[in-house]
Formats: sequence, C-alpha cells, structure tokens
Amino acid sequence: MLMAAIVLAATLFLPFVVVKPNRILQGQGRSLAESLAPWAGTALTLALLLVALSLIFRLPTGVKLVITMVSLAATILALGGAAHAQLPPGNSYARVSPGSGFWLLLFGLSLATIDVIARLKPSPQFRLLLLLIAAIVIGGIFASGILSEISVIKEYSNRSDAFWAEMRRHVTLALGSMCLAFVLGVPIGVLCNRVKWLRASALNTLNILQTVPSIALFGLLILPLGWIAANIPGASAIGIAGIGVAPAFVALVLYSLLPVVANTVAGLENVPREANDAARGAGMTDMQRLVSIEFPLTFPSLLAAVRIVLIQNIGMATIAALIGGGGMGVFVFQGLGQSAMDLVLLGALPTVAMSFIAAIILGALVDFSTSPGTEARSA
Amino acid sequence: MIDIQSVTKRYGGKAVVDAVSFSVPEGSIAVLVGTSGSGKTTLLRMINQLVSQDEGAILIGGEDTRGIPGHELRRRIGYAIQGHGLFPHRTVAENIATVPRLLKWERSRIDAKVAELLTLFQLDPALYADRYPHQLSGGQQQRVGVARALAAEPKILLMDEPFGALDPVLRGTAQDELLAIQKRFGTTIVIVTHDINEAFHLGDTIAVMDKGKLLQYGHPIDLLKTPATPFVEGLVGTFDRPFRLLSLGTIASVVEPGDAPGEPIGIDKTQQEALAALMWAGAQVLPVTAEDGAKLGRVRLETLLGQAIRPQ
Ligand SMILES: Nc1ncnc2c1ncn2[C@@H]1O[C@H](COP(=O)(O)OP(=O)(O)OP(=O)(O)O)[C@@H](O)[C@H]1O
Ligand SMILES: [Mg+2]
Repeated sequence: MLMAAIVLAATLFLPFVVVKPNRILQGQGRSLAESLAPWAGTALTLALLLVALSLIFRLPTGVKLVITMVSLAATILALGGAAHAQLPPGNSYARVSPGSGFWLLLFGLSLATIDVIARLKPSPQFRLLLLLIAAIVIGGIFASGILSEISVIKEYSNRSDAFWAEMRRHVTLALGSMCLAFVLGVPIGVLCNRVKWLRASALNTLNILQTVPSIALFGLLILPLGWIAANIPGASAIGIAGIGVAPAFVALVLYSLLPVVANTVAGLENVPREANDAARGAGMTDMQRLVSIEFPLTFPSLLAAVRIVLIQNIGMATIAALIGGGGMGVFVFQGLGQSAMDLVLLGALPTVAMSFIAAIILGALVDFSTSPGTEARSA
Repeated sequence: MIDIQSVTKRYGGKAVVDAVSFSVPEGSIAVLVGTSGSGKTTLLRMINQLVSQDEGAILIGGEDTRGIPGHELRRRIGYAIQGHGLFPHRTVAENIATVPRLLKWERSRIDAKVAELLTLFQLDPALYADRYPHQLSGGQQQRVGVARALAAEPKILLMDEPFGALDPVLRGTAQDELLAIQKRFGTTIVIVTHDINEAFHLGDTIAVMDKGKLLQYGHPIDLLKTPATPFVEGLVGTFDRPFRLLSLGTIASVVEPGDAPGEPIGIDKTQQEALAALMWAGAQVLPVTAEDGAKLGRVRLETLLGQAIRPQ
C-alpha cells in the first residue's frame, strides 16, 4: 500500500530528472511524462500507474516479482532515455541528473521487490541467482551506454581511472582490515573462552572502543601512529604514518574486533558441553579439539561476524578519505566540497551497492552453514 | 588392572568422592551403582583423568595414571559419556571413527570397524552411517555413543549409563553384545548404571556408592548375602532377593541325573529362568538339554527353592 503510494506520487508529481546548465548550478525539474519522447513518457507513466495498482491487489507473488523487477529495469532505462532526450545537442556543460521522482520511484520499487522476495521465502541458492540476474541486467545497462548522458556517469567517465583505483583501495581497506581483525580477534576470543576473568575485561574494552565516534578514533590514532612512524626505524618504510591509509586501517581493525571477539566467544560457548567432554574423553589434545570440534561448531557464528564486519567496514571505509586514507569517500568529500551532488553520488552509490551485495551473499552463506548437519538438536 | 587407592575429589570443600578404594581385576566387569549425585560419574572420570583426584592414586596395569599424558591415556581407554555426547557436525560413521583416526588407523580398517560396530548394535550401516546425530532417535544416538567408545578396541572401557535410553528388549540385546565383546577381547569394564537388574546381569563385581562414599564392593552374591548397610540392602531389593540370587546361578550347578516329562530347559539358562519355567508349567521337575538338544538330566523345583535361601 505504502509502496503503491510512493510509486504513484513519484510518477505523477515529482520531477523525474533535473536538467542543469552545468554541474554546479541549480537545475529545473521535469516530470516523467515531460522528460521522455511524448509517446514513451505517457506510456511509461500509465504503465507505472498500473504497477502501483497491481501492488495493491492480490496477485501471485511470482507475478509480482516479475512486475517489480521489470519496472525497476524500465525506470533505470527511462532515466537514460530522458537524459538523451533532454540534453541540448552539442552542449557539453549541461547535465541531466536523476530527480527526486526517480529516486523515490527507485526506492518504492526496490522496497516492493524486497518485500515480494521476502514473501517468497527464497532458498539461499535462489537469492544468489536473483543477485546474479540483477548484476547482469544492471551491468548490461551500464555497458550499453544508455545511461552515458546521466550526470553521475559523466563524472565517472571523466575520472574512471581514479574511480577504479579508489574502488580497489576501498575494497582492500574493508577486506584487509576484516582479515586482520579475524587473525587477531579469533585467538582473543578463544583466550576469553578459556580464561574466564579475561572475558569481561576484553569485551568491555572493545565495547567502549566501539562507542568512540569514527572521526574521533581516526583523529586519536594520528598521534600514536605518527610517533611510531617517526621513532621506530622501518615503520614508515612499510607505510605507517600519522595520516593516510595506516590510521584508517587500524581504526577499521579496532572497530571490527568487537564483533569478531564477541561472536567467537558466543560461538564457543554454544558448543555443547557434552561434545567437548566426549572429545577430551576420546583423547584429543586441546589443539585437536579446538580445530576439529570447536571451530566447526563455531563456524556459523563466525560467518555472522564476517557479515557484520564486512558491511560495517564497507560503510566506514568511506570516512577514511577524511584522513587521506583514500577509498570511495574521496569522491564523496570532494563532491561535498564543490557542492557537486553528482560526485557525491559517484562515491556513495557504489558503496551502497557493495554493502548490499555483501549482505546478500553472506546472508545466503549463513543460511547454507546452518542447514542440516551443523545444527544441534537440543537434548 | 585398575587399582583405585583411597581416591578423594572435592568440589568447593565438599568431598564428592571420599576416600574410595577398590580394584577391578583384568577382564572383569565392575558396576557402579548409587543414588544420583553420589559421585559415580566423577569417580569414572578420574580413572581416565578427565577429572584429577585431590588425594589418592589410580593405577592402571600398575602404572600411576598421573604419569601418563592425559590424551594418550584416554586414547587407550574407551569412554561412553553420560548422555551420548556425539559431535553434532559429524556423521555417525565419523563419530565412531574418532579414536581410530586419532590413532592413525588405515582407512580401510576404520571403515570395516565402523560397519562392524553399527551392525553389532543393530543399525544398518547403509542407512545410518552417513546420518547426522540429530537425525537419530535417543536410543540410536546412545548406541552410536557406545560404538564410538568401542571403536579402537580398548583394553579398558568406561561406560556412564550407556543403555539408559534403550527399550527393555534393545537393552537386553545390547547388554549381551557387550558381554560378547568383553569375552572376545578380554576387556576390563567399569560401568555406571541406575538399573539394579543390569548391575546383577553384567557385574562380576558391584560397587555401591552413596554421598561420595563407597559403601560396599564385592561379588553380587556378597551384596545379597551380607549387605554392608541398610542402604545396600534396600538397593539390592529386600523382596526380590531370592530371585536375584537365583539369577546369579547357572542350571549346570543344580542339574541332576534322570529324566522328566515336559518342555526341556537349556543348560545355558539361569536358575531364575529355570524356576520361572517350572512355575509356569506347574511342574515339579523338568528335563535339561544341551544347546544341541542332547539330554543332560533334569532339574527339580525343590532343589531350586533350596538355592534361594539366604546364604550363610
Ligand atoms: N565440575 C563440578 N563442579 C562442582 N561440582 C561438581 C562438578 N561435577 C560434579 N559435581 C558435584 O559432584 C557431585 C557428584 O556428581 P556426579 O556427576 O559424580 O554424580 P553421579 O553419581 O554421576 O550422579 P548421576 O547418577 O545423577 O549421574 C554432585 O553433587 C555434583 O553436583
Ligand atoms: Mg553421572
């Protein structure tokens, strides 16, 4: 119902695209019907009204899924079409940006799609398949050049090298800090599980760390890391410095430690006591028991930690740009500085997409790992 | 084989096993009985050093257990934990193969052993080997737990209420299988049970525990003949004492020459079973035959009743 209202409002009343004389000046809004060729605009408007209606009525969920996904694709295609139609020929300063109508439409339709998917209660395989289809369709739309006249894409083509370099940096930051957090956090978790008095203090410390605002933590790290770089020989040679990648990386690792340690501890605690007992009774050494009994039974919990940490880090790595750490945040902050919204979007949209993809893939993996065999029947 | 020498274990200052001494001869079965919380599990776990005693010593084959690294000791001793304690992420076959794998047996030998044990405990390997523990019933889980303890053919076996979840019929067959294995390998077994019938059926010796103390340790007949305390007397059951006594004797010791009409009784039966057959047939005397059916003699009701009198 809400989704239908959003779609309706977005289609009828809000500007679908904004045409601007150049990338910084305010632009003029055009509704969906105005922004395309007359027949196409009217047809699409009518089609979307029908879609809005179809969301209200009871239809088989499978049908609804197709409807919403096709409308999503159509909306994105229309955006490309609108840009081509609205741009004065030969004017390379003018920009066409998605308007509030487009964003709302995208939001409403995505919400409807997610809602429909959730109602289907899809298996993990099916969710991965949907993701793959979506990736192929969206990738195809980008590759086809339909969207090439949209402002964000123009910003991209102007700096595609920088874009991919920062993207790589972003992913490296997020994944690298996660890996290090696991390398450090899992042993700490095991230690907390074995040494009872350590647990409370370790978890409390990490909890406090988690509450430090990220900017503050970045700032706090500048001093000690700067000191290390200046005073410990070789430190600056391997890239340690007060600003730049090092403090960003360290901050991300610190933030990741709490979920990793907490989930390790919780996972180990959930290992049935009898299983541990039987393992010792069978003559396993502590190490054998850890590796072949405790870790496999802790795996779902660790995977949940991967999901939390990865999504958290992908978002938080954006802020790394503030202290020279690079990543997609570079575009966001540049854009904010120049009040160029398109540049902000160039940094923000891929970040959102990455989090989304990570969430779906890991959600599916978590489901896989808790399917029969690993779940214990409580006695 | 197992010498327990005034062993004490305290938790929070309270002795849950209090200066217990007894020894289990090689190749025999000792049964631990007693009330809940009397320290049976704790005592059992001190034998394989899962729990270390505060005082006293435990010798296995004359060797102090504390001189052997814990994990090596435990690989030599089969342990069927109270409950089943199966590893939820491992299949039935993998669970059973735990100790053989730790001992680095050959793959083919492990597979053969797993199949043999599953069959022995009436679980079709084709059906059950690849299942996960949560796909089994409680009784099936328990049998797999026992099979896992037996897998490496240990010389010593510790079992904590291993058949508690089995129905009476399955429990009977499982007990007989255990006795057969014990005969074949000459295993020394210490088994905890709450089932006094099981204790009399399996035990060469019975240890009665209460509140951490060993009240009596001896041959089942000794417990009937001279119960050390009223608690022991109550435990072995005052009103079915005579039948228990008969259940400990074989027909071979009461058979006499001669013949009799009626359904013959096998020589391998207990005196209790012979009494039941006589009473059910309403007969004073029945013939006794060997396993191959050959006539061996007869058994009289009167003789059996004489056997059930309180021993002096
Ligand atoms: N790790 C422990 N810490 C503290 N107390 C314990 C511990 N293990 C056992 N106990 C206590 O020791 C006593 C004996 O326990 P044990 O498990 O040996 O009893 P049990 O004879 O096996 O009982 P059941 O027949 O119910 O299995 C109990 O009172 C129990 O609460
Ligand atoms: Mg017990």
